Amino acid sequence: MAQLIKDGAIIDNEWTRLTVEQIEESGIPASGKIIVPLATWQSQRDEFIARGNVAVWLQAGEEPALIADDLEKLSLIAINFPIFRDGRGYSYARELRQRYNYQGEVRSIGDVLQDQLFYMWRCGFNAYEVRADRDINEALAAMKGFSVTYQADVHEPTPIYRRRPDWRVEQ
Amino acid sequence: MYVYQDYDQQLLNERVAEFRDQTNRYLAGKLSEEEFLVLRLQNGLYVQRYAPMMRIAVPYGMLSSTQVRRLAYITREWDKGYAHVSTRQNIQLNWPELEDVPDILAELAKVQMHGIQTSGNCVRNTTTDEYAGTNPQEIEDPRPWCEIIRQWSTFNPEFAHLPRKFKIAVNAVPGQDTAVIGVHDIGVDIVRGENGETAFDIYAGGGLGRTPMVGQLIGKAIPWQHLLSYIESILRVYNKYGIRDNKFKARIKIIVKAMGADRIRELTEREFELLKDGPMTLTEEEVTRIKACFPLPSYESLSDQPAELEQALAENAAFKRWYNTNTLAHKQAGYRAVTLTLKKTGRAPGDITAEELEAVADLADAHSFGEVRNTHQQNMVLADVAQKDLFSVWLALDKLGFATPNLKLLTDIVACPGGDFCSLANAKSIPIAEAIQRYYDDMDYLHDLGEVDINISGCMNACGHHHIGHIGILGVDKKGREYYQITLGGRGDSTSRIGEKLGPSFESDDVTSVIDKIIKLYVEKRADGESFIDAYERLGMEPFKERVYGTAN
Repeated sequence: MAQLIKDGAIIDNEWTRLTVEQIEESGIPASGKIIVPLATWQSQRDEFIARGNVAVWLQAGEEPALIADDLEKLSLIAINFPIFRDGRGYSYARELRQRYNYQGEVRSIGDVLQDQLFYMWRCGFNAYEVRADRDINEALAAMKGFSVTYQADVHEPTPIYRRRPDWRVEQ
Repeated sequence: MYVYQDYDQQLLNERVAEFRDQTNRYLAGKLSEEEFLVLRLQNGLYVQRYAPMMRIAVPYGMLSSTQVRRLAYITREWDKGYAHVSTRQNIQLNWPELEDVPDILAELAKVQMHGIQTSGNCVRNTTTDEYAGTNPQEIEDPRPWCEIIRQWSTFNPEFAHLPRKFKIAVNAVPGQDTAVIGVHDIGVDIVRGENGETAFDIYAGGGLGRTPMVGQLIGKAIPWQHLLSYIESILRVYNKYGIRDNKFKARIKIIVKAMGADRIRELTEREFELLKDGPMTLTEEEVTRIKACFPLPSYESLSDQPAELEQALAENAAFKRWYNTNTLAHKQAGYRAVTLTLKKTGRAPGDITAEELEAVADLADAHSFGEVRNTHQQNMVLADVAQKDLFSVWLALDKLGFATPNLKLLTDIVACPGGDFCSLANAKSIPIAEAIQRYYDDMDYLHDLGEVDINISGCMNACGHHHIGHIGILGVDKKGREYYQITLGGRGDSTSRIGEKLGPSFESDDVTSVIDKIIKLYVEKRADGESFIDAYERLGMEPFKERVYGTAN
């Protein structure tokens, strides 16, 4: 089974992500944990809620406002990075946590590489599907690189100027 | 200037370690070219025509003499013994080896310097008036606000992968635009709020490049407590809605234009509502602490126009000319701000050798409280020189070749490195600057012409800020040959204005004679005491067009 980093540990990935094409071809599996595209969720929302074990993934360009009303029905939101340099997902994660106070799993998917993980964590992601061709152990180890942050973030409620002299980051 | 706290230094050291690891992974084939590109750019490292180019951050242009000496050492050890002052007050090295860059960054970190976010699609170095803190016209010293923005923007996790680069500049002089804030992604204008406290007019959507635009007012008189919350709100709007599938439409100016300032303001205010009065709100304590990092130098109690100065001015015409052109009035009685013109004919504008850097550091220690500033016009400033010492400083600068009394005059040309170095350039810019400087070698004539800004860019990216030159020169490629397009009427002085195209472009050999026609027409038509740009604005483009291209019928 594929693995991912979640809450600082490497675990098996129990969720299967489905694309629009896969759903068109094979339909929705009757059981198992699945992550469906936003459009699919929107068109079959009630059936999915009845089925259970359905999460949503947002494409870059699909912002959290589009799913805001359903957040309490969802235990996981995945945010796709079509390419690692597309930074929209950072704002989406931050909005999920801070504007909508979302408490479930926020997972990064797509072009997810180790040099992005610390920033993702700061913006509110707590799970990361590191790209399959990269060493997930190395990626996890590299997340602990920085002990200083200037700004407030999802974990650290205050910017450095409100927490001096105890400025160290707890991870 | 701002002195690092233990955490600033620790962050920098951790960054050096991180980049060393990234470079090793790249060299070991664990990072692709494209992935490493994003990482190295955020450390200031470009790969250029002949070698990498490394851009070193100089926050709002401020350097200590210790830093200047370390730069000199680095250029000798790892480069070809010279450095380049950029139009955003940074320092560039043109010849480092990629493998050496981690060591260079480690060396820089020892003197609180780095290449963080000097390139790439992130928030870049915040710039301001090179005379900040000494300018008698400023509302207040803008540097503490720049430092506050610097800390907020450094490794801001949400804004490390924006659609495109993002530049912020701060102005503190009413009725002036000392930092060309009008052509920045965000321009911050320090004003007085209704309560008499510091507030900010915040502009967004200015920029040069392929589609030059002047920024529009988004936030009016934002109280100082909310500076960061408001800027962050704009950045979030840009990060979410900026165009990402076309590099040429990715700057914030494109969405400000397309969506309109009102819509951008509405979206910004929606974010601001959430952030306002939250933990990002600046505290009196923090602002006071940062302001204390920019104390007044320990000025002597002196009076203006001391006898030594008066005598030198009376006796030495060359000194007097330099005094009038290259030194500026100062807040503190008995002092002047001195600009070193780094525009030697035959040398790229802004270039300075290791030996010259050391000499400037020595002068700064002896005469300007150990501080040096870079200017956005690619010069350097000793901001706090006692008037009684000006004559000896002039002698020293003259020996160095940095006392050419041409500040703001026609030969004080701003130019990017151009096709001689840059792989993006369509055409060379340095030889064009040199040809113009050689032609206008009569200092009396230059002084008679008065202020003329010439800006040269080797391509559309506009690193030489050609759009805001009174005369702008842009290198273009026509079927593999270098051509130059002239614009007139740009401004980056009291206001920001984009110049208009004169007409079809010229071959490199013709550029100087075209400039000559433009200048001669100005001399014929000018009213008494009228500057080039004022005359242009009165006369309009037509007479210049006719003079250069000949009458249509």
